[in-house]
Amino acid sequence: MTAPALLTVEDLHVTYRPPGRPPVEAVRGVSFSLAAGASLGIVGESGCGKSSLARALVGLQPASAGTLRFEGRDPARLGPDAARAHRRAVQMVFQDAPGSLNPRLTVGQALAEALRVHRLAAPDQLADRTAALLARVGLPASVLDAYPRELSGGQCQRVSFARCLAVQPRLLLADEPVSALDVSVQARILNLVRALQAELGLAIILISHDLAVVRNVCDRVAVMREGVFVEQGLAEEVFDRPQHPYTRELLAAVPDVARELARRKDGKVTC
Amino acid sequence: MCPDMPHPLLQVDQLAIAFRQDGAETRPVRSVSFTLRAGERAALVGESGCGKSLTALALTRLPPTDRARVSGRIRFDGADTLALRGAALQGLRRSGIAYVFQDPSASLNPVMRVSDQIAECLPHLRRAARPAAARELLARTGLPDPARAARAYPCELSGGQQQRAMLAMALAARPRLLVADEPTTALDVTTQRQVLDLIDELADAFGMAVLLITHNLGLVAGRIRRVSVMYAGEVVESGPTADVLAAPRHPYTRGLLGAVPSLDAPRGAALRDIPGTVPAPDAWPAGCAFAPRCDAAQPRCATLAPPEHEQDGRRCRCWLAQAPAPEGAAPASPPPPRRTLP
Repeated sequence: MTAPALLTVEDLHVTYRPPGRPPVEAVRGVSFSLAAGASLGIVGESGCGKSSLARALVGLQPASAGTLRFEGRDPARLGPDAARAHRRAVQMVFQDAPGSLNPRLTVGQALAEALRVHRLAAPDQLADRTAALLARVGLPASVLDAYPRELSGGQCQRVSFARCLAVQPRLLLADEPVSALDVSVQARILNLVRALQAELGLAIILISHDLAVVRNVCDRVAVMREGVFVEQGLAEEVFDRPQHPYTRELLAAVPDVARELARRKDGKVTC
Repeated sequence: MCPDMPHPLLQVDQLAIAFRQDGAETRPVRSVSFTLRAGERAALVGESGCGKSLTALALTRLPPTDRARVSGRIRFDGADTLALRGAALQGLRRSGIAYVFQDPSASLNPVMRVSDQIAECLPHLRRAARPAAARELLARTGLPDPARAARAYPCELSGGQQQRAMLAMALAARPRLLVADEPTTALDVTTQRQVLDLIDELADAFGMAVLLITHNLGLVAGRIRRVSVMYAGEVVESGPTADVLAAPRHPYTRGLLGAVPSLDAPRGAALRDIPGTVPAPDAWPAGCAFAPRCDAAQPRCATLAPPEHEQDGRRCRCWLAQAPAPEGAAPASPPPPRRTLP
């Protein structure tokens, strides 16, 4: 039995048309579907179109062709109320967490704004709700009065997750959420992402150039290159039996401790 | 090339760096010792804020302010670098030790063509010979079109290409040691591997030693001979990379290894995160600095700094890595003086 698809994408194209220059086709026909509560990892190197695809999926960048359906409806053709509900249902976390938070709002104000805009909490509940959101992502309530510049990169990324969770989304897109973070902080954020998915039944699309990160979080994976998915499938299958040469190339580039140590034993490392 | 030369190229002994501000002293680097032979590849590993980069900068006396007080001993190529002055210090910085940093776009001058920036590193050549030499260096770094890259401004190059241009600059004066401080953190995995392979290749071709600074143990595992793990301004564990990573003795090393996701682990395998964060240098705990984050800490860890334990060519600064000491017989902090290296 297959769960009904939360998100269906067919032959999606994203084309940028810079004035006076030839158009750039960043996404050239991508198709996939994602069930509610499922997790998809999109891997590929810089410039392969991952982020353009993500931006099209959340509606930050219009698709130039193809169809996109969220819960059976095209988000671009919704009335104002339905569009507002859609924007709540789909949230995104960016790589540069400090840069994606408003520098002039405290953490508490940023979280309260999300709750207020979507009318999810009465004014007298805001303080409790924002503190609870912070607790959910493992931050102390003392962070509420801090500005983003006073927080570390890992803390800002947690705040970004809290801000998304504030509006109870059904799909969370995370674009390289841990690339800028230290290993131990990265581990904590990945553990958080998995916990959110399991406990809240959130569907997740995780975009990363690090295959080990995707392996850790996602049940399906798509390998993207030059605007198309060259391979997609269950994570175990793609990782253990990669079919496309590009997937194999990416897998070989991952600096995996165990594999690298084994490589050293094979005598391929001289120094 | 794995030379077993009698004289180390670089010998860092009990390096400490202190800053004094408003009457208070902080010591972001407290005790760092390691050696590097000519042509050898070693790494300093640890989270942000452990003192890795400051250690690297101190090698050429480049700490960020004049207020820094550097103590201990650094011998490079037979000279005491902490005593160098004037032209000798310039010489060390020019052709002794070269650096490549994390963010190439921040290291390159945005308003100067790449070839002109490389030419600045070639003062020993006639002016007319410099552009060709710059192109030649760019070609050595594997750029597909070195002539175009030479004419380009940094913003016209990708991150990987910029890092190759930085390498060309670093190599210009044929340094004996290349310090690569998180050189690939801003790059994606495929480019990362290419740039590290290139560093390996150039190190072999130029007979250059490499000190890699990174928080990614995976980068160290396959290509680095000796690794020193730093925490809170100290080297807490060091030894041959394969031994340290296959059987870490310090809980911090184990923690770092547990935090890295593995390609071969099943989905959902919980990553072991190290609780808390590296404390700020002015708040380093007494006793073992890692004790508050350590899952195996004992009461004595909080009060007594662990001595350095040496076994099988490996060193570890942890109470748990050695035979249990009788209570009360433990040495008090600060840590005892080390054996002087031969």
